[in-house]
Amino acid sequence: MFHYTIRRLLLAIPTLLVISLIIFLLLDLAPSDPTANLPLTIPPEVRERIRESLGFNEPVHIRFLLWLKQFFVNEPLNVIESWLGLEQGDRLRVLSWQTRSPVVDLIVQRLPQTLWVVGMSYVVGVLIALPIGIYSAYRQYSWFDQIGTLVSMIGFSVPTFFTGVLAIVVFSVWLGWFPSIYDTTHKVTDWESFLFQVRQMVMPVCVLALYNAAQISRFMRASALDNLNQDYVRTARAKGVRERSVVLIHVLRNSLIPVVTVIALGVPQIFGGAIITEQIFKVNGLGQLLIIAIQGGDVPTVQTLTFIFAALIVFFNLIADVLYGLLDPRIRYD
Amino acid sequence: MRKSTCLLGALAVLASAPAALADRGSDGHVNIIYWQAPSTMNPYLSGGTKDLEAASLVLEPLARYNEAGDMVPWLAESIPTVENGGVSEDLTTITWKLKEGLLWADGTPVTSEDIIFSWKYCTDPAGGCAQSEKYNDVTSIEALDDRTVKVTFGVAKPFPYGPFVGAQSPILQAAQFADCLGAKAPECTDANFGPIGTGPFRVTDFRPNDVISLEANPNYRDASKPAFATATLKGGGDAMAAGRSVLETGEFDYAWNLQLAPDVIANMAAAGKGETVSAFGTLVERIEVNLTDPDPALGAERSTAKHPHPFLTEKAVRQALSMAIDRELLVEIGYGSAGRPTCNVLPAPEIYKSTANDACLVQDIEGAKKLLDEAGWTVGSDGVREKDGKRLSILYQTSTNAVRQDFQALIKQWWSEIGVETELRNIDASVFFGGDPASPDTFQKLYADLEMFANNFDGTDPESYMANWECKQAPRPETQWQGNNMPRYCSEEYDALVAEMAKTGALEERAKLAKAMNDMLMQEYVLIPLVDRGRVSAKSNTLGGVVLNVWDSELWNVADWYRVK
Amino acid sequence: MTEAVHSTLVDTKEPRSQWLDVWDQFRRHRGAMLGMAFFVFILLAVFVGPYLWTIDPQYIDIRARSQGPSWGHPMGTDQLGRDTLARMLAGGQVSLAVGISAMLLALVVGALIGVLSGYFHLLDGPLMRLTDLFLALPLLPLLLVIIMLFRDTLRAAFGPETGIFFLIVFVIGITSWMQTARIVRGDVLALKEREFVIASKSIGTSPFRMILRHILPNVLSPITVSATLGIANAIITESALSFLGLGFPSDFPTWGRLLYDATDYLQQYPERVIWPGLAISLTVLSVNYIGDGFRDALDPRIRGR
Repeated sequence: MFHYTIRRLLLAIPTLLVISLIIFLLLDLAPSDPTANLPLTIPPEVRERIRESLGFNEPVHIRFLLWLKQFFVNEPLNVIESWLGLEQGDRLRVLSWQTRSPVVDLIVQRLPQTLWVVGMSYVVGVLIALPIGIYSAYRQYSWFDQIGTLVSMIGFSVPTFFTGVLAIVVFSVWLGWFPSIYDTTHKVTDWESFLFQVRQMVMPVCVLALYNAAQISRFMRASALDNLNQDYVRTARAKGVRERSVVLIHVLRNSLIPVVTVIALGVPQIFGGAIITEQIFKVNGLGQLLIIAIQGGDVPTVQTLTFIFAALIVFFNLIADVLYGLLDPRIRYD
Repeated sequence: MRKSTCLLGALAVLASAPAALADRGSDGHVNIIYWQAPSTMNPYLSGGTKDLEAASLVLEPLARYNEAGDMVPWLAESIPTVENGGVSEDLTTITWKLKEGLLWADGTPVTSEDIIFSWKYCTDPAGGCAQSEKYNDVTSIEALDDRTVKVTFGVAKPFPYGPFVGAQSPILQAAQFADCLGAKAPECTDANFGPIGTGPFRVTDFRPNDVISLEANPNYRDASKPAFATATLKGGGDAMAAGRSVLETGEFDYAWNLQLAPDVIANMAAAGKGETVSAFGTLVERIEVNLTDPDPALGAERSTAKHPHPFLTEKAVRQALSMAIDRELLVEIGYGSAGRPTCNVLPAPEIYKSTANDACLVQDIEGAKKLLDEAGWTVGSDGVREKDGKRLSILYQTSTNAVRQDFQALIKQWWSEIGVETELRNIDASVFFGGDPASPDTFQKLYADLEMFANNFDGTDPESYMANWECKQAPRPETQWQGNNMPRYCSEEYDALVAEMAKTGALEERAKLAKAMNDMLMQEYVLIPLVDRGRVSAKSNTLGGVVLNVWDSELWNVADWYRVK
Repeated sequence: MTEAVHSTLVDTKEPRSQWLDVWDQFRRHRGAMLGMAFFVFILLAVFVGPYLWTIDPQYIDIRARSQGPSWGHPMGTDQLGRDTLARMLAGGQVSLAVGISAMLLALVVGALIGVLSGYFHLLDGPLMRLTDLFLALPLLPLLLVIIMLFRDTLRAAFGPETGIFFLIVFVIGITSWMQTARIVRGDVLALKEREFVIASKSIGTSPFRMILRHILPNVLSPITVSATLGIANAIITESALSFLGLGFPSDFPTWGRLLYDATDYLQQYPERVIWPGLAISLTVLSVNYIGDGFRDALDPRIRGR
């Protein structure tokens, strides 16, 4: 397994390079333009000059190599220099076309709210989904299972653009319990401000958690159902193993493979942000950064964000593969 | 008061000072929401309206337009004119004089060097300044003394108020931006995000595309203003949520540009926490008719002047399309009090407004049918009119936007009543307005028979706006599909009027020319104007001093805003 | 898992009996039958309904706009006075057609790639890297590129509506198979090492037969879940596409679009949101129960009970 992991990690480098090239070509081909959002009163010649100043008109391979250099050479060097306390060299960083500021700084600025809201919703979602999924399978077609099915189907088929607005109308407008707009500048310093942070997180976290939990609990339930009827469960019961350990140790462990896959696919999404939910609650995290950059034709930002996203996908899928081996030692890759 | 405590914790301490003649900072905090988030505070690097308006809290021009569209001196002592000698007789120079004792937020004096620097900054060829058009034809700017500059144009400028007027071309501090000229401009992130200005506020924290925190400028020229000690400008989300946060939950004090259906706004306003304010500018929602053939079979030559449109070149067809539209109803459905039916593409200011075309205000389906009958278009078996094997079947495109899609559906129905078959298409706004020559879906390419969008002009002078329909402005492959003459309208007579206006100085004469151009476009029906679109914003009941201004930044008089107690 | 081998033997003698068994079991599953009945009802409603309820879903009766339910308009009218019932029926056709076909496409691609890369070690690396690539591609620019490249070609080849239908199904299918592929692969990796598979391999079962007889039936439950979630996903994604200008023309109703348009009017006219929301949820729910019943019916251990 160790060799396998090392090999996969090494293989990840060319994979990611290829992925980043494909993404770059895709963005280049996409019909978006950095001047798209400017008012129509700005004349075409001025737009052309803006494009030129952004380097938009350079050939595509030059722009790609420039991005590679800025992202893989200049940015890390800057980080190393600032760690060592050295004088910062005059290197060009990856600059966003929209804000004309370093993309990496934007990402660092956005990361806290995205991790808090989207990350928390994922944790909450998983924590709700696993027990519900197992219990639903254990008591298949009980009332609990039926209600769980109903809620998760509604949770998944009613999109967040609706549940989010509904939550705002009910809890902000009618009841006035929670703020409808997330304050990203809020700092938690004491109990009072912590409570405020909790209040402003409740709605977005719940809306997203419902969606995530719906999905994960279905996979958990299906997989647990498959395993509950296996021979080894019967054997374990026949041998007098306590029911609790049968379900929570034998069945759970064996039915986790699809769940681990789904969760591993979901974790990178946390960093991708939740575009719709972030928009609705004005969380302004990475998802909002990405969508604004896409709409504004801001290629460096989109490229950097999607690259980081791709790296996380490759990494977490590797983790999932390693976990398979731990969950079921019979799985071999070599 | 609940919202301020919950939003900013510390803020609950509302001074008990009397409302009249408040001191600077006595009214606490003001919350503003823009559903499009500002990405920079340097208006020269981004021409987006949201960025201009955010920057106008900090950076100021020499003169501004007020809510009536009149120019008012801002950093300048007065508006230079030919009468007061500020503009030379031959219309080639204009001399501006700064007010006395102006200070930047950091306490240093504002001088004529700063004005000259702002010009140099924006006209540096490597900088990609979004507002460089404002400085067109400026050949030199010299400092006559510390407070006076003389701007010289290479040609006679009948309207010399391009540079340093309005939110588009404010004055930057030379000291702060000295190292940021040209290609260096984007590297000055700190300066671009926190410019030192002369405005009522200064930036304390700027988060691009998210939120701006500001505080009162200690060196602002009026010692009693602004009334608010701090301000937040939050961005992002959608117009619906922005309106809701002001009108229904009361979390915010001011929401910008609520493009929502009138009954939605009315319902929100019924909550009683705030009200909407609206005003009209020059923005006209219109249908532009393609006079060239968009048939895909023509390949690279589609929608170019080489191939005239099979039936839209016929004036009767265009006129019938216009006559079948009920503009009153469109306004009622889509804009409510924020719209007015219009028959002009140049609806304001008052002196430019033509009344020659007002017949279009009344829908006339029968008249349209008669017109088509007379032109020889007969109704075929499927209800669609035909002539010489050509069917009146059109593709009608616009950008994705709830109101525009409602308009499309309504207009499609009216046209079907007169025997015109319509296919609708909507395109993502970032592609439609993107202008990428590789995409078939841009509004310049117009690979469709008709398209609908809205356009306006900065300030109050329509010269460059009316020049949009000059023959040479037609988008075509040779110009990389750039240009604003979407109908590909081409008339020597019109071009002559454009040239005439460029050298006419007297306001009366200019108005006459602009009206003539407008009437020509209207009576040829190459543009079908629909709605004169106003601006609707929302303010909370506790916010006073708001004067909605569509000619300049909406936040133009934020120094005068106060808390109603 | 001896039963599996056993049933193979039985199967060769009496080819029909297994499927009869499956059907018998399926019929006894109350949820599945209810789901099936409801699904058939929805299909009938949207495909036959428009012949009974003949109001044109695109007809604007501006005087009757924003009305509540009445005899003339049982579900009320929208902001332009179009009949909501007619729009629900017409919208259902598109939403169901797109939802089911896109789901099937994603399922087939996902299951195929998942099984191949799980079962054949050599294919695992390349196919999973391909999956990583598709997961990483930013959706919005990808869609815009696809529209730009293919819309006009397809429109010319199949006409505006069929062409766009193919394009939408293709786009949704091609961007949503990855999860199924990863999940199926994970399960196949574990199955491959189970005793019954090894036993079957030792008697020389060909890989093709092995996959069909032993692997696929055992990964059916995650596939069923993917199918249910896939329909919901496809219906919602379809509405998102029409905002990009990729979907059907804006006056062409679909459930996702009706839901989105109604969200702005949530407070004034809540019923407008409820209809499409309910239709999508119930459809997904019924597919879920059908899937449950199907899965149970195929499981020989349950079938015996």
